[in-house]
Amino acid sequence: MTTPLLQIRNLHVRLEDDPSVEIIKGIDLTIMPGEVHSIMGPNGSGKSTLAQVLAGKEDYEITEGEILFNGQDLTELGPDERANSGIFLAFQYPVEIPGVSAMQFLKAAVNAKRAFEGQNELDAGALLKHFRAKAEQINVPFEMLKRNVNEGFSGGEKKRFEIFQMAVLDSVLGILDESDSGLDIDALRIVADGVNSMRDGRRSFLVITHYQRLLNYIVPDHVHVLVNGRIVKSGGKELALELEEKGYRPFGVNESAVAGAGA
Amino acid sequence: MTNLMDKPVSMLDVPVPAGPAWLEAYRSRARSRFPGFPTLRDEAWRYTNITPILETPFQPAISAARDVSADDVQHVRVPELDSSLLVFVNGRYRADLSDADELGKGVVSLPLHEAVRSHAELLEEHLGTASGEHEDPFTTLNDAMVSDGLFVHVSDGARPDRPIEVLSIATRTAEPVASHPRNLVVVGKEARATVLEHYVTLDDDAVYLNNAVTELIAAPSATVEHYLLERESERAFNISTLAIRQAAESVVHSHTVLLGGRIVRNNVTPVLAGERAHCLINGLYVGHREQHLDNAMRVRHAAPQCESRQYYKGIMNDRSRGVFTGRIVVDKIAQKTDAIQSNRNMLLSDDARVNARPQLEIYADDVRCTHGATTGRVDDEAVFYFMSRGLSEPVARAMLVYAFAAEGFDRMELVPVRRLLAAEMIDKLPMARGLSIEV
Ligand SMILES: Nc1ncnc2c1ncn2[C@@H]1O[C@H](COP(=O)(O)OP(=O)(O)OP(=O)(O)O)[C@@H](O)[C@H]1O
Ligand SMILES: [Mg+2]
Repeated sequence: MTTPLLQIRNLHVRLEDDPSVEIIKGIDLTIMPGEVHSIMGPNGSGKSTLAQVLAGKEDYEITEGEILFNGQDLTELGPDERANSGIFLAFQYPVEIPGVSAMQFLKAAVNAKRAFEGQNELDAGALLKHFRAKAEQINVPFEMLKRNVNEGFSGGEKKRFEIFQMAVLDSVLGILDESDSGLDIDALRIVADGVNSMRDGRRSFLVITHYQRLLNYIVPDHVHVLVNGRIVKSGGKELALELEEKGYRPFGVNESAVAGAGA
Repeated sequence: MTNLMDKPVSMLDVPVPAGPAWLEAYRSRARSRFPGFPTLRDEAWRYTNITPILETPFQPAISAARDVSADDVQHVRVPELDSSLLVFVNGRYRADLSDADELGKGVVSLPLHEAVRSHAELLEEHLGTASGEHEDPFTTLNDAMVSDGLFVHVSDGARPDRPIEVLSIATRTAEPVASHPRNLVVVGKEARATVLEHYVTLDDDAVYLNNAVTELIAAPSATVEHYLLERESERAFNISTLAIRQAAESVVHSHTVLLGGRIVRNNVTPVLAGERAHCLINGLYVGHREQHLDNAMRVRHAAPQCESRQYYKGIMNDRSRGVFTGRIVVDKIAQKTDAIQSNRNMLLSDDARVNARPQLEIYADDVRCTHGATTGRVDDEAVFYFMSRGLSEPVARAMLVYAFAAEGFDRMELVPVRRLLAAEMIDKLPMARGLSIEV
């Protein structure tokens, strides 16, 4: 039997600073190698929190449950160790870092991963070659690497740069937090094509989105509906169409409470 | 201010070599003008206590200084910078260590003591014209002691073929030495010049004072780039004043980096005296341990349509303290002034402190003046972002602190200076040693 790539069991998460606030209220989710799962849900339902918890953000406390990655407990690992083990979070809001060039940043990241794996550092020439190949694969302009990390990038450029980073780091689990929001149709295609180019039967994705449209391009094996910290329904890709049509009302969410959903 | 009579001031008793009559008169006017040393009650010195300077028994003569070799000079000058080099050791000009060749047609670059003889007229005409704008007791003290430093004169349209670097090297001496370097840089119409003031030490525990005044006078459409690299011993004192006077359409860029020193005061006082002049004031101060780094900017717009840009950043660690006072004065006549001031500080420890105060004095009505001061820590969101790409926390933090520091380096024309500063940052910033930085 294949080991799941990611297995979340009965996960409960509270705010570290304010434990009276429970955001994730018991989630179970199993992602097998090569699968694409999508999570949809109204604003504030806990999607980004789940993504950040998987990436190791310290603002949150896991009060119950477990997260296994390749069968190993993930919760004791820091964000850097998780990244080096193959988890990649494409941020909903990538952070602008003035003063650090994208090139310098990615060189450090690639070599950090190699050190983690006990491999030698790559020299500048080998790194450049690697970056060029990935820039071509993901269809981002190589010039982007000369700019500071995300600084002054348009919304679309930021999202594309995230996907590019995943390709560069060769991660096995991509958690895409609204990688489609703010993208025009062409950029959406580019991002989706980039993701699809990485699908190889081994690599998996957890795609968080508000729009069914993205899922026309990145076709999911499973769709989950997250409402108020719980997965209230799971199904195939047709579930996304159903949500697009009926909204979240059938799940007990009233319109005003989700004002701005999908905005 | 402390009355001179109350406190014996050893610094004023240091004999200086006799000069021509006009210079003696200049000095003696300064002596009689000297208001005494500032205290914390003086607004301009509110955050900087200079008692440790006043209590240091500075001696007039240097005894038992270690000798400085040509190798030492190579070691401390800006690496790979092809500069015309004037070397001072403990305040004394060292022709044997200097490498100040001809800089091309129309360019004079000399130690000031020589210029006093060879270019008396130019000196007499310009000395004190920029620094007189805004008197500070230490400037007056420098006036009273003026004897050596750098003199540069660039004729209209001329351009030195290399940057001019004044390297002040301090060594451990038996008794603390006070020096009062005086630099006068006069750049003619449509001429260009790049001048570096570079303060270094060969002994990390040397105690001394450098009280330097640099006057920079830019004629119409002149372009000047000035650097102050302060790498003094952390037991030393450095007071540096850069007084700038800009005529119409001149462009002056000033870059200051404070790294060393126990108590450092950095005054930058440009006067935009001609229309459409442009001034950039770029600075970085990086403190640790007990260092005290005080920056006092006073940008005066005295003509219409000028632009000034102040970008100062501080990084303070341990128990160090940074001060930034940014005053912008806009005269009534200076309509269409465009002034920006930004002071951003990063604190790396709980005990580090920064006092930042913007001060605007605006007498014109059609101006654009923006200012902002922030003090914060390394951004946790950014640390998480970097860690989520596999960088360890120390590396993530070091990169972010370095990036904060290095932002202003991009504004510097001289790449060898940027490289030197990158290396200095890696040396000084916590955890930065593992970083591989390309400049
Ligand atoms: N660090 C935090 N501090 C305080 N509240 C938080 C924090 N992180 C999340 N929350 C709260 O938890 C809830 C879930 O937030 P989350 O960002 O996970 O929602 P989301 O499903 O990603 O929403 P959206 O669709 O708008 O991106 C929200 O009510 C949010 O305000
Ligand atoms: Mg979200």
